[in-house]
Amino acid sequence: MNSFEDLHCESERQNKRIYEMCQIAEAELADISVDDFRKLIKINLDAMKQTIKNGLARCELTFSGMCGADCSKLQARFAVRGALFGRLYEKITAYALAAGEENVRMGKIVACPTAGSCGIVPSVLAAVSEELQINEDEQINALITAGEIGRIISNKVALAGAVGGCQTECGAASAMSAGALVQLLGGNSQQILNAAALAMKNLLGLTCDPVCGLVEVPCVKRNPFLAIHAVSAAELALSGIVSQIPPDEVIDALKQTANLMSPMLKESAQAGLAKTKTAIMLERKIRQYQ
Amino acid sequence: MVRQSSVMDIISPIMVGPSSSHTAGAVRLGILAKNIYNKKPQKVIFRLYNSYSLTGKGHGTDKGLLAGVLGFGVDDARIRNIFDMDVGIEYDFEFTEDFNRHPNAVDIIFEGDLNMKIEGDSVGAGRVVIRKINEFSVKFTGQYNTLLLVCKDVPGMISRITGLIQNVNITSLHCDRQVRGEEASMSICLDGDLDEKAIKIFERLENLYLVRYVEKLGS
Repeated sequence: MNSFEDLHCESERQNKRIYEMCQIAEAELADISVDDFRKLIKINLDAMKQTIKNGLARCELTFSGMCGADCSKLQARFAVRGALFGRLYEKITAYALAAGEENVRMGKIVACPTAGSCGIVPSVLAAVSEELQINEDEQINALITAGEIGRIISNKVALAGAVGGCQTECGAASAMSAGALVQLLGGNSQQILNAAALAMKNLLGLTCDPVCGLVEVPCVKRNPFLAIHAVSAAELALSGIVSQIPPDEVIDALKQTANLMSPMLKESAQAGLAKTKTAIMLERKIRQYQ
Repeated sequence: MVRQSSVMDIISPIMVGPSSSHTAGAVRLGILAKNIYNKKPQKVIFRLYNSYSLTGKGHGTDKGLLAGVLGFGVDDARIRNIFDMDVGIEYDFEFTEDFNRHPNAVDIIFEGDLNMKIEGDSVGAGRVVIRKINEFSVKFTGQYNTLLLVCKDVPGMISRITGLIQNVNITSLHCDRQVRGEEASMSICLDGDLDEKAIKIFERLENLYLVRYVEKLGS
């Protein structure tokens, strides 16, 4: 099963959920049992939760001084005056920022699909599961669903900013996260794939223009933004809204956009935010310090 | 239908941040170099090129390379403060540019009883390739168990060597030489394992100058 269309048809034909078909195929590929495959996924799920926990408790700045203290600010505000959208919103944004900051201060993270986008899937998964008291088995099902969406996207376009810009890193993470959330909330396979397509469609063209060439600005703060973006896509899909462009064709568009995007906007720090007046100043400061 | 990829490639690795190519990739290049050198060096010099040179410090590339050479995994929490540790070998970093090289290229130069220079690239998403050992071109990714050989460039070497690999499937074979009749190199990737006994046989073969069996990288 290497396309969303395959996945949907097989899901209907076999009357199985996406994660069920995925775990059987993965176990076969690795020559292990389905239980053992799920244990491997659980190790990664636990590591993601640990990253969030570590990140929430820290506020050290990175080597460049650009990132590291924002999650504590967000938590401080929420502690005094709750978020407009309530507790779940607070948790998702704080968790995504916590993981993103933990990554740039060289903490332990799970690349999902990349290190720079490591806060998006875990934050939505952990926050929603805590608030709705969803058990671990269901969380593993959702994480497998996220992985399967990422895998199918990666069959067409490599998930790396240098290849396709941020649309193929944080964009893919948001699509994975949207599908995972629909799984977590009990949606069917069509809704899962539509959630991924809706999230992805809305992020086509997102460039990778990191200031000083570091995975810090705008990467870290993009994590909470695109985690919330995934929730919107999931809500739309669960209501029955479908992407007028089928999921596979959205990925075709992603690939074409990646190919057409200037190399100057693909992780090379030659344009966009990376070449603003302030970015150039920051770059000089960091170089001096080196 | 054949499954083209695995979800384990998407939700992984568990690693120390911030960058799969600049941090995890650096650790992996260090691990592969250490396993090829296979001795305790007196000194290691890391020469970083291009993007590795320009953004390496901010991404912990220098720390990752050293950690790999010491045998730490990509998820080892000690990487962050590795420069504060007593690591038992001398080390130095050089930062340079050469646009004939890959954006994320490094030379790892070992000094000691044996001197060896290993060149590698971090090619994205944590995947790495060792391109050269001393002056010999190799192609070594750490995705498979690999037998690396330097031998005399004489007829019949490939068949003699592959003839000794009877029960293990060879996935790829890469050969190179500098001058006819001098030294040649071979990198042989394998699906299965070679046991110590088999490796000992290679070490005793005539006209073989260097034999290294390097196991594939963990996730």
